[in-house]
Amino acid sequence: MVDAPAPGLRRAVETPASLMTQAPAPSRLNQRAELAALDDDDLSLALRRMRLIRRFEEEAEASYMRGLVHGTMHLSIGQEASAVGAAFHLRREDYVLSTHRGHGHCIAKGADVSRMFAEFFGKETGYCRGRGGSMHIADVEGGNLGANGIVGGGLPIAVGVGMSIRMQKLDRVCVVYFGDGAANEGAFHESLNMASIWKLPILFVCENNKYGMSMDSARAMAVPNVADRAPGYAMPGVIVDGNDMPAVAAAARAAIDRAKNGAGPSLIECKTYRIRGHSRSDRNLYRAKEEIEAWKERDPIAAFESELMAHDRLSLAAMNAIADDVEREIAEAIAFAQASPDPDPKELTRDVYATA
Amino acid sequence: MSTQPPEAAASARELTYAEAIREGLEQAMEADSRVFLFGEDVGVYGGAFGVSGDLVHRFGAERVIDTPISELGMAGAAVGAAITGMRPVLEIQFSDFITLAMEQIVNQAAKIRFMFGGKATVPMVVRLPGGSGTGAAAQHSQSLEAWFAHVPGLKVVQPSTPHDAKGMLLAAIDDPNPVLIFEHKLLYKTKGPVPEEAYRVPIGKAAVRRAGEDVTIVASSIMAIKAAAAAERLAAEGVSAEVIDLRSIRPIDLETIAASVRKTHRLLIVYEGVKTMGVGAEIAAMIAESDAFDYLDAPILRLGGADAPLPYNPVLEKAAVPQEDDIVAAALRLARGEA
Repeated sequence: MVDAPAPGLRRAVETPASLMTQAPAPSRLNQRAELAALDDDDLSLALRRMRLIRRFEEEAEASYMRGLVHGTMHLSIGQEASAVGAAFHLRREDYVLSTHRGHGHCIAKGADVSRMFAEFFGKETGYCRGRGGSMHIADVEGGNLGANGIVGGGLPIAVGVGMSIRMQKLDRVCVVYFGDGAANEGAFHESLNMASIWKLPILFVCENNKYGMSMDSARAMAVPNVADRAPGYAMPGVIVDGNDMPAVAAAARAAIDRAKNGAGPSLIECKTYRIRGHSRSDRNLYRAKEEIEAWKERDPIAAFESELMAHDRLSLAAMNAIADDVEREIAEAIAFAQASPDPDPKELTRDVYATA
Repeated sequence: MSTQPPEAAASARELTYAEAIREGLEQAMEADSRVFLFGEDVGVYGGAFGVSGDLVHRFGAERVIDTPISELGMAGAAVGAAITGMRPVLEIQFSDFITLAMEQIVNQAAKIRFMFGGKATVPMVVRLPGGSGTGAAAQHSQSLEAWFAHVPGLKVVQPSTPHDAKGMLLAAIDDPNPVLIFEHKLLYKTKGPVPEEAYRVPIGKAAVRRAGEDVTIVASSIMAIKAAAAAERLAAEGVSAEVIDLRSIRPIDLETIAASVRKTHRLLIVYEGVKTMGVGAEIAAMIAESDAFDYLDAPILRLGGADAPLPYNPVLEKAAVPQEDDIVAAALRLARGEA
């Protein structure tokens, strides 16, 4: 059965106050508010990051086929808009917590793909010095507190990050990405409740890609949407088209404003789809080819580029320049990673403990 | 090397074990604004065992935080706060409830530093009231410390005296790693000398509580108190027992134990956790693999918890964990060559 989202999917997204107060430039008058609110430079960066995510993952997959990657990986191809949209308004000092399908989150927060490839290849120059691999890439200095191999593992950690921001009186927010599968972990309930009673500055960003490995979320949840649970935590539950970068960014903007006003956390459910299988072992036995093809038609990068072109927000030349730049960056990153040294087995137990 | 704690002068005032922990918390929170306490009923209630007492009035509800009954969430919150610059101290109301938080302790707190290639530190403390003897039965009486000692990345300590309860808490708060402190519920009201200043008892150093020649008794937590009492009785029987209070089980102070075994040639290990696959098995194996093995004149003996859940009935409950009489009997068998 083809189960692509209905056109009217996006609902309950109130136009954030911050958008209402900004007078769009004259050339943006015919654009929807979500797009008109964003500056050209930011749009350009967003497109660049979406392309970088796509090309990173395609090359990661190809590297795996060539035997350069030792472990498994979870690709987010098709989910670039939710990763980049949720992080669009974050600054370097803001935090994100990511998932096992986290390459996009990492790049969206500004990570260097050279060090990501190096981590993939298990090299000493990787973000985790080759100790973490795909599932644990963290860029702590860049505010990425790590991907997580445990479904729902980041949710309770986000509560502590929110407490930390509050106690240190920092002007920051924490975005915690999680999937539809994680919404059925007990950690989801405990974390959203604690974040709400304490009004912590957290964005709970659910990337609902329809499947927890093979289990359709329609079979795994008693309600149709993860966002339907938000009233149980007295926080806004917003559903957005997760393949629509400006829409995700607008929802995130509203949630950031709410968090910074001390009103507490928000739940944003991005309806999206992973084009690739769950991991390398997935034979797609649980879904129809037609469904995958239908979602490919809704490619978030192609949609974003079309809209930017249609409204003359980015020239074709600029887009081509971005594409070329991304290709060069990816090629250099792979070369860097391949040339990097493996860790020394003598250092096996290094960093098990920190020394004072 | 064996390490004697910096014992208080004879004139030092006495505090209970619970008061000593509270004083340690108070001094840590006074000295460092990053330190905060959170857990179930630690605020106005004062903690299920009265440890936090009136700290909420001193520091306010923003630093002495009552939490919902959400152990997994609380443990994760400790991790998140710790990796972003705070120094959380989490009270798990009964150590048994840590089972609800295993994911965050074992998969996250213990591994984040390593998984991230040393790019993060997780300076968090978890306080866990454990142990039997209160008639609380199978789900409120366990000694689960060995589970956590099996996890690289965690530190696990079991202070047995008020002095060590305060000093090890302060050392744990200073420590850049996750430290689990298993406090024995029966020890909360025991009294002992506690210096007024903020002092540290190093994590990973055992204490020789009594020097002896004939048999080494290594014991942890309340068993160290029972072992010391047993040693008095053994002396009356003509057996000189050396009593080592383990204090820390990860890292473990093998050197102090091995040095004692080289001297006494006999080893008895006493712990309240289930004997099978427990701390005693590890100590026995470490000695068997070390040069101290050649000094042994008798098999290594272990006394530990029974292979049964903790029962409610007081007679059964006592029978389920080692008692002073058991320690005396086992040490006599060792010393008399009957083991």
